[in-house]
Amino acid sequence: MKISGAEIIVECLKKENVEVMFGYPGGVVIPIFHQIFNAPFKFILSRHEQGAVHAADGYARASGKPGVVLATSGPGATNLVTGIATAYMDSVPLVVFTGQVHSAMIGNDAFQEVDVTGITRPISKHNYLVQDINDLSRIIKESFYIASTGRPGPVVIDVPVDISNGFTRFHYPESVNIKGYKPVYEGHSGQIEKACGLIESSSRPVIYSGGGVIISNASEELRTFVKKTGIPVTTTLLGMGAYPETDSLSLEMLGMHGTYYANRAMHESDLVIAIGARFDDRVTGKIDTFIPNAKVIHIDIDPASVSKNVLVDIPIVGDCKKVLGEMNKIIQPPRITEWIDKINQWKKDHPLSYEDSGKGRIKPQYIVEEIYRQTGGEAIICTEVGQNQMWAAQFYKFTEPRSFISSGGLGTMGYGFPAAIGAQLARPDKRVIDIAGDGSIQMNIQELIVAVQHRIPVIIAILNNGFLGMVRQWQQLFYDKRYSHTCINFAPDFVKLAEAYGAAGISVKERNEVIPAIKKALEITDRPIIIDFHVAREENVYPMVPAGKSVKDTIMRDLA
Amino acid sequence: MKQYVISVKVENKFGVLARVAGLFSARGYNIDSLTVSTTEQDNISIMTIVVKGDDRVIEQVKKQLNKLIDVIKVTDHSDIPTVQMEIVIIKISAPQSKRAEIFQLGEIFRADIADISAKSITLGVKGEPEKIDNFIELLRPYGIKELMRTGRVSMVKETKDSK
Repeated sequence: MKISGAEIIVECLKKENVEVMFGYPGGVVIPIFHQIFNAPFKFILSRHEQGAVHAADGYARASGKPGVVLATSGPGATNLVTGIATAYMDSVPLVVFTGQVHSAMIGNDAFQEVDVTGITRPISKHNYLVQDINDLSRIIKESFYIASTGRPGPVVIDVPVDISNGFTRFHYPESVNIKGYKPVYEGHSGQIEKACGLIESSSRPVIYSGGGVIISNASEELRTFVKKTGIPVTTTLLGMGAYPETDSLSLEMLGMHGTYYANRAMHESDLVIAIGARFDDRVTGKIDTFIPNAKVIHIDIDPASVSKNVLVDIPIVGDCKKVLGEMNKIIQPPRITEWIDKINQWKKDHPLSYEDSGKGRIKPQYIVEEIYRQTGGEAIICTEVGQNQMWAAQFYKFTEPRSFISSGGLGTMGYGFPAAIGAQLARPDKRVIDIAGDGSIQMNIQELIVAVQHRIPVIIAILNNGFLGMVRQWQQLFYDKRYSHTCINFAPDFVKLAEAYGAAGISVKERNEVIPAIKKALEITDRPIIIDFHVAREENVYPMVPAGKSVKDTIMRDLA
Repeated sequence: MKQYVISVKVENKFGVLARVAGLFSARGYNIDSLTVSTTEQDNISIMTIVVKGDDRVIEQVKKQLNKLIDVIKVTDHSDIPTVQMEIVIIKISAPQSKRAEIFQLGEIFRADIADISAKSITLGVKGEPEKIDNFIELLRPYGIKELMRTGRVSMVKETKDSK
């Protein structure tokens, strides 16, 4: 029996056990929507395509399964671009369907035509333009495989309307065979032995653990490794939760706004064990002065990440989970008591802190701490980008993988709230909180109605300082305090806005209202909640290693 | 900056050329030459890319090329024994008085006389890139009216070690 291309898409998604699809209709995808109408999976209609792709991304990060998106040609596709790039930078598996104009019209500047494969080429792991309906099911099978294996990433499938409307026999391939794509999962045993030898003879080792540990579900293996070796762990922004930040061997986050002790330990280290991390410039600062005395072991599934920014002594290309598993079988602990004492002294002397007299406008850090306390550290925290993101990273203590969801590589403002919707759909058992700024939240505020419609009780905690705070901070510190276009206190009333959408709105201006507001929000389970926290306007994120500077240039607090 | 010769075996699919070229252009690298052709195997094409660049950046580009789904194999031909060839077509001013000299030069280089007109001669030469460079330099004094090179193709030589 022959079925249509649109039906084939739905059949393939069923075969891939897709639970939820995110998207927005348009002219050339009507045939696909026609079939989705009766599909057995959930469809979440966003109010802007960017909302759909970020939601799929949040779903993928919270669940570990690929997020699936459908949008129309032209503007539908271009509205996805930021979301695809966001997922690409952070290695998030997505399968993105875009409609395309009729094959015969491609290249003719047809209505709502853009070159989707051209536009998404440098921001996707792979992409396809379907030219023959008989290739459709193979392409979809390959896309799910490519998106979710190796170093994951978004795959785009551009489907011309005549392919959706065409007919052929449906056959879903059992397996995938792509000549040029064979990810390596097993680490080289010789390299693993060498690495273990180096670790055992080191005296100041540090584990630098990244998003790859979360992606490969290697959190258990990492914890075992630390238990066996006693080596302290710092994580990247995207690596948070792989190792419990409440543990004494955790140095928490490193980098530009990382803890003093994490950055200092890296700097003084004689051996950095990088696991699923990519030596991003927000981690290294000035590359010439980064880890000056350390040898480097680098475990990563992506050979292109190895020796990209920092030369590596022992590269191990493979899956973090498998490689750590192998290392755990043979590793012996190094002797590092003195080193740990030294680190503990740094922790004691330079803890993460902020000044809080308890008077005046509420400190944003205090709000994050209270969110942590009131949720018992059990929530999934999404963030926008900027100061809100850094305070969330610093002052919420993450203990489980996939509990922190944030746009790291691309730094996409407007990511957090739609991602929170996706995360909540993936994890209905968890409370999901978007820690937001008053700038970022306005970038995808239209998605509020989606959360209302589906009774998704995401809490949006706006740290409202009336500024685009992170840029303002840079202007204050490095640009003579000239606050060019970063003051946004000409703002909507967020409580009324929440109510207009049918969400709950709570305004908090006094410190003693913080806890009751969070408690009240946590009691609401049938709709989204906005809490508008009026916070100290010119609070800065510290510590800060200025861009392109080294650890010794760290700014610890405001100069008087 | 060093000149690199990179051989890239790819699936013969549309869009592959753009993917490969994009990795260079995104880094602001200008490709000196690029050839694409079919091979002895169906559905597989080979690209020979000549590009100048910084060691570490080229190393990174090679890794990124390997990451492309449609790329099957990347081989650096810069420092290994290879057979390299390209073709040049060159049109030079050729008044009657100079023609004998030009023919003589052409003979030394085993050039084809591709076209002759009242004012010009067009020659074609194939061979190793250095030979082509020399030929062009020797003809330059006569006045080059038009010149184009195909860009080189490069194949690894069979050695005792190769299977």
